[in-house]
Amino acid sequence: MIDFIGNRRKAYLLSLIIIVAGVLSLAVFGLNLGIDFAGGTVLQLTLGEDLAMEEVEAALEPFDELEGAAVQVIQGRDLAGDPTEEGVIIRGPVMAEERRDALIAEFQSRFPEMSAGDLRVESVGAVIGGELTRQALLSLFVAILAMIAYITFRFEFKFAVATITALLHNIIIVLGIFSILQMEINVPFVAAILTIFGYSVNDTIVIMDRIRENIKHRKRNEYAEVVNQSINQNLMRSINTSLTTLFVLTALLFGFHYFIGSLDLVTFVIALIMGVFIGTYSSIFIASPLWLNLQDYNLSLKRRKAA
Amino acid sequence: MKTAFNPGRFALLVILCLLIIYSGYQAFKSAADRDEGIRRGLDIAGGLYVLMEAVETGDREIDDDAIERAITVIRNRVDELGVAEPVIAPQGEDRIRIELPDLEDVEQARDIIGRTAMLTFVGPDGEEIVTGAHLERARAERQPEVSPYPFVSLEFDSEGARLFAEATEKYYGQPIAIYLDDEKISEPVVRAVITEGQATIEGNFDFEEASDLALLLRSGSLPVELRELESRLVGPTLGQRTEEIAAYSAAVGLILVLLFMILYYRLAGVIAGVALIFYLSLVLWALNYLPTTLTLPGIAGLILSIGMAVDANVIIFERIKDELRLGRTIRSAMEGGFRRAFRAILDANVTTLIVTIVLFIMASGPVRGFAVTLFIGIICSMFTAIVLTRILMRLAFKSGLIRSGAYVGVKLS
Repeated sequence: MIDFIGNRRKAYLLSLIIIVAGVLSLAVFGLNLGIDFAGGTVLQLTLGEDLAMEEVEAALEPFDELEGAAVQVIQGRDLAGDPTEEGVIIRGPVMAEERRDALIAEFQSRFPEMSAGDLRVESVGAVIGGELTRQALLSLFVAILAMIAYITFRFEFKFAVATITALLHNIIIVLGIFSILQMEINVPFVAAILTIFGYSVNDTIVIMDRIRENIKHRKRNEYAEVVNQSINQNLMRSINTSLTTLFVLTALLFGFHYFIGSLDLVTFVIALIMGVFIGTYSSIFIASPLWLNLQDYNLSLKRRKAA
Repeated sequence: MKTAFNPGRFALLVILCLLIIYSGYQAFKSAADRDEGIRRGLDIAGGLYVLMEAVETGDREIDDDAIERAITVIRNRVDELGVAEPVIAPQGEDRIRIELPDLEDVEQARDIIGRTAMLTFVGPDGEEIVTGAHLERARAERQPEVSPYPFVSLEFDSEGARLFAEATEKYYGQPIAIYLDDEKISEPVVRAVITEGQATIEGNFDFEEASDLALLLRSGSLPVELRELESRLVGPTLGQRTEEIAAYSAAVGLILVLLFMILYYRLAGVIAGVALIFYLSLVLWALNYLPTTLTLPGIAGLILSIGMAVDANVIIFERIKDELRLGRTIRSAMEGGFRRAFRAILDANVTTLIVTIVLFIMASGPVRGFAVTLFIGIICSMFTAIVLTRILMRLAFKSGLIRSGAYVGVKLS
């Protein structure tokens, strides 16, 4: 048996350091918001072979609003692994419809090989992004309340507090890492956070179920041992489930990165992979020990009242 | 305590597994069919999504009625373009959401849906003579013997014809300006009094532009001015390529998961693999027959759920192993394992289900679609683990295949 409970302070400290670093970064640098949140225009154009960057710059020249816009060259691969035609992703501020059409026409005249089917043009007003953020935060808040209610009903309130704390811990860490690395986030990132949400809860509840089962007929002063035993009994399941999930996610990451070369999708999968690691870690090192601490705290409160 | 080999049960088990694998193959095949299968979101199918907001201009008020009429006008225009399965729906109080999958000419669609297309004939003194509201017909025409330029011929209703006749009499010999929205498109001089209510708009346009103008005039003007809030256009090839890559990645991931399960849990792993294939065909079937739209985050959620669906089986098998280590017989270890795993699976999944339900109620757009996909995934995975895995495991036991802990991957010293 591995002594998880005895080493819980080390895990708390580790998490604390990561969280503090993440929160500092969030406060100072914030998140790198993509157009879905901040508004703006993204054009992805497949231009042809042997892409000349000078030609791209020349095409962008007449568009003052795109001065300083980020231009990224992308190239995917076909299923045989051979590189496909090159393209660009241009990220700039919100552009009116006529300007976008004009830009596409400009590229069309300069790059006759440009594919009409292989393009993406997205433009989002700043209003929409704000609404999306508010809506996502509000629904997460309601979801947390509903989960606290269910866990309290099925287990007890302390289980709910420990589970939700671990959950928030996971979300803050993922947000913090995204802030530190300044990876761009868009709507799929919200979906990723929600998935991490589901995965973490799922992972934690199964251990909590073990603890719930094992504490029957046990004395309060044996709880530390019970929690440790429960974590150990569940260890193979924790490892195997995260492994199988990581198998599919790694396949997806490789597929998106190698064949499509699009950063958006890669970011999405990276968030999920982070979530699996942190979710598994927190179920073992944060949620379960935290429940024990809450128990102890409760006990000391009662003792003080009795005294 | 060994169960003797039972050929009847064994045959039943094999047939059941083969049936599941075959139905899984069929489900994959029909899901891969882009025309018939699961409804795909615009990010995969390609198409145009536009969110418009009504803007208050002058005396035109924005109310439910105005939005409703605007939607009708846009629908008329889209129908004339011949787009399959368009979605044109109100969103909130003053917004209209337009989704056009499988577009052939995106630029044309873009130009046409958002135009207010308010046609007005204005006299030289700035007085409004007649508007597009009195229009009965509009058509693009070409008469090479008269003019090399195409034109739009108009026909007014009786009220419009009366107004037009009065005006042509009043402004005889003077110019009448024709405006589309704020743009003056032509300014002919009145050379005759027109009583039949017929007119033409000549301008510097080619036949396609004349056709588009006629289409706009036919479908009527928008009762309010619309402003674009959000617009997303995805080319059909781009979406298809992404879907293909996602599908291949999923297949690779699935094979890795199956191999791992079989290596680690042996015969039980094979059963988990069959259950996983059953789970996937169940999900694909549900997505096919329920009114859902699969988006890219949805596909990723689905692929992730392959990993998570195994979780329930892992919980069950680990429980069975625990029971075996406590010295139980295979039979009682299996029953005990299922019973004890059930509560953990139920609570873990219901908690996640709560999240998806909240999201479904509160969120909109892609996040909502994602919630639906995840919800379906969880329900199917619970059903598979609790019902199917149990049936298959029992059958495997009764057919005499599971004889010791080694068959579920446990080594007892």
